[in-house]
Amino acid sequence: MVKSRDDFVIAFRSAFLKKNTKQRFSLLTLIIISLIILIFSNLNLKIINILEKGLQDIVYRSSLIVSIPEKKFNEYYIKAKDHLNLYNLKNEEENLLEKYNAEKLANEYLISENNRLREIIGEQQLSQGSIIAKVLLDKESPFLNSIIINKGSKDNIELGMAVVKGEYLIGKVIEVNFLTSRVILITDINSKIAGVIEPLGIHVIISGNGKTGGVIEYLKDEYYPKLNDELNIYTSGVAGIFKPGIPIGKLKLNDKEMFVDFFTDLSQLDFVKILIKENGDSNGQK
Amino acid sequence: MGKNNDASIFFYLKFYSPIIILLIANLNEFDFNYLKLDYFSFNFSYILIFYWSLKSPQQIPISLIFICGLFNDVVTSLPIGLSSLNYLLICGVTAYVRNITLRPNFINDWILFLITILILNSINFLILQIFFNIEIDQMDYLINLGFTLIFFPIFFLAFENFQKISS
Repeated sequence: MVKSRDDFVIAFRSAFLKKNTKQRFSLLTLIIISLIILIFSNLNLKIINILEKGLQDIVYRSSLIVSIPEKKFNEYYIKAKDHLNLYNLKNEEENLLEKYNAEKLANEYLISENNRLREIIGEQQLSQGSIIAKVLLDKESPFLNSIIINKGSKDNIELGMAVVKGEYLIGKVIEVNFLTSRVILITDINSKIAGVIEPLGIHVIISGNGKTGGVIEYLKDEYYPKLNDELNIYTSGVAGIFKPGIPIGKLKLNDKEMFVDFFTDLSQLDFVKILIKENGDSNGQK
Repeated sequence: MGKNNDASIFFYLKFYSPIIILLIANLNEFDFNYLKLDYFSFNFSYILIFYWSLKSPQQIPISLIFICGLFNDVVTSLPIGLSSLNYLLICGVTAYVRNITLRPNFINDWILFLITILILNSINFLILQIFFNIEIDQMDYLINLGFTLIFFPIFFLAFENFQKISS
């Protein structure tokens, strides 16, 4: 028993305390150093933080270099995987293409049918080009929300033309001079736009609230249950002033009141587009 | 003269290749994440240190193991000193076993490796949970332990062949 305990002590001392010729520290010393570092890092000592920061600088840079081969391997692995998946991908794409072609044909049929029906009811076909204009003045009066643009009758601007920012309606031309024009914004209380709530097809009049949004006017109570916050409002094209289908905003319901959250931020206008009416072909495009 | 220098550099590189591999493994922290295998992870460093400190400790100096442990802590953002402690404890176990073993046997080594990494994971768990309040998923540790144990014979064979070739 005593002998076996001696053996254990000898083996233990040899393992933990013996130093080789080139070895500066014994195993036990290094274990104690590790424990001290751990305790200090638990106490959040400054010296350990400095050591950690220094190590991080060295290790992150070294790690970046050392991991290049693995990154390359990863890159090639992904490439090889993509290559192997190519056949399945091709089949999927072909199916998708077939589906889109069928949808395209159906859309073409609907457009031509729509145009034919418009012709039957005698509605004017509007084709619209556009002119880009710079906003010269941005009136922030509480009585009139309007902007002045640098295009006028010289550039064939006419009263009632729709003004858009990107694809969204922002107002209409209410005053035309030779070199400039005034545009009333859709947020103005005097602005009345004929719109349609899609996909329900409910026709409404949108008026500005004088601030940043709009309100829906003249809508029968029977339509309220059908409405929700997900519906979009477009120009209806009724009266032939605007092209139908220009996006205006999103419907917002609050108790029994209905608001319009316009798609464009009207306080950030620098350049706008004036849609010019031209009598023309079918799709409403020049 | 130049030829002799080249030969000695090559000899040193070959001789210290285990510690170089350990350093690269720690800095790289290769985990095969891109294989998208759920729960797959194993601790290559444990296997490497265990094998080389058991079979050829002069090729894997403990001071460098200590530094590799510090690097590993930085890469894996563990408390500084924890991996060093783990690695050095492996060295301690293998040094002790080497002293008391007359006839080495693979199965004994494998069982010893299991016991060692069980103790190490328990120490890790205790230190992280009690002293550093770091939450750890025990299941992840267990799976890592399982894969490390499974991969041990494969790397054992690979290292043995490598040792034969390089000697």
